[in-house]
Amino acid sequence: MEGNTAWVLVSAALVLFMTPGLALFYGGMDRSRNVLNMLLMNFWCLLIIPVLWVAFGYSLAQAPFENSLIGGFDNAFLKDMTITGEDGGFGLLVVAFLGMLAVITPALISGAVADRMKFSAWAIFAPVWMLLVFVPVFKWVYGGWLYERGSLDFAGGTAIHVNAGIAALACVYVLGKRKGWPKEGQPPHNMPMVMLGTGILWLGWFGFNAGSALAANGTAIQAFMNTFLAAAAAGLAWAVVERIRDGHFTNLGAASGIVAGLVAITPGAGFVAGMSPIWIGLIAGVICCYAVGLKSKIGYDDALDVVGVHFVGGLVGSLLIGFFSDPDFFGTDVMAGIFYGGGAKLLVEQAIANGATIVYSFAVTFALMLILKATIGVRVDEEVEVGGLDQALHAETAYNN
Amino acid sequence: MKLITAVVKPFRLDEVKDALKSAGVAGITVTEVQGFGRQAGHTEVYRGTEYQVDFVPKARIELVVDDDDVANLVSVITEAAKTGKIGDGKIWVTSVDSLLRIRTGEQGPDAV
Repeated sequence: MEGNTAWVLVSAALVLFMTPGLALFYGGMDRSRNVLNMLLMNFWCLLIIPVLWVAFGYSLAQAPFENSLIGGFDNAFLKDMTITGEDGGFGLLVVAFLGMLAVITPALISGAVADRMKFSAWAIFAPVWMLLVFVPVFKWVYGGWLYERGSLDFAGGTAIHVNAGIAALACVYVLGKRKGWPKEGQPPHNMPMVMLGTGILWLGWFGFNAGSALAANGTAIQAFMNTFLAAAAAGLAWAVVERIRDGHFTNLGAASGIVAGLVAITPGAGFVAGMSPIWIGLIAGVICCYAVGLKSKIGYDDALDVVGVHFVGGLVGSLLIGFFSDPDFFGTDVMAGIFYGGGAKLLVEQAIANGATIVYSFAVTFALMLILKATIGVRVDEEVEVGGLDQALHAETAYNN
Repeated sequence: MKLITAVVKPFRLDEVKDALKSAGVAGITVTEVQGFGRQAGHTEVYRGTEYQVDFVPKARIELVVDDDDVANLVSVITEAAKTGKIGDGKIWVTSVDSLLRIRTGEQGPDAV
């Protein structure tokens, strides 16, 4: 028990660190005149989400466990969550751990809306989206109707990455394209910052995936190993595809592949073993590398490829559980994948779970953005967009020399 | 008096500076600049998308010299900056009407 507590405490802190890591990953890819706006969109989630999470979020997302659509207010305002109970406070620790996931999920969306969203609109969007979209989907996947049907999502491939990724797509459709996109080039302003953010994300992801075992046990060890291998394999795949297709090994290719691999292994981290994480990483790395090119073909301005990396990576990883899930390692209450004699039943459930998430998340996010657009407005003036969001919205500039 | 202005590849700057020092030049002014010439820009690729970078970074060196030294110093710079590849830069010489050393008040060739 003490071991479990120690590991989940450390994991929760590691997951918290992912949001600043994500901020640097996105911030480096953004332009120098908007980097502070990007950082603050992420840090805003660190300010507002924890407060809302303990007030209503956790209770609506989890308690009571029997509810299949949405929780209630049993644990609202941390009611009954104390260190004096029978569990010695482990329940309170789980509230904190899941709260870290609640922080980073809306933060993922910020990369898509970069360079043009009003900060006031984001300040409202992020917490409202967390309550209206993240919380119900989280409930469905962890204890709700999708869980009951047998679909698997170990650490949040469906509930977090597919959810936030498809929401990002809804956001950019309401928000519109950046001025000049795709004709004018907008390359990353600070690649070392992107690489540092990638390293922090990878580190934090060990807490995210292995911590989702909510115990210091064999499943945590396997999830740790899977996180290690899938990220490496996907980074390798993306970098090699770029070398063959575009002629160079690139930092951004390596970083993007690592993140795509981390996303893809998230849903299956505790359900696959052996060489499976390498296959999942390689497949996700190649598919995501091509998926980021879709935006210019289809014409949606997903600035920093949230859809191509998080939506596609999460979806690929989640569906691949339908092939690679291996109950020999993780207990018989988990369905086996196609490669382990389980037939297509699990794959069908994975498709249903992701399909339901995609429809709900896209529809509610789209409606929320339309309401914000009609009331306070979602987009900055053209003058602000051209002159830079940092100076106009935050009275700060990143680089003074 | 003449003003020699040389735009050279940044990685040749140290060689040009050393060569000018060896030739007895007492001071130069260096600025980081960007522009394009026949070398044009280059292409960068991020996540498979190509970005055209039109301006190339260069170093601009300026020095005021006596008329008699111009020919020699231009050839010193040329020799130190030359790689033989496209983008080596340019050197031009303009006349200078007056020159003043602020500290001492010396004027004209004495201030060089």
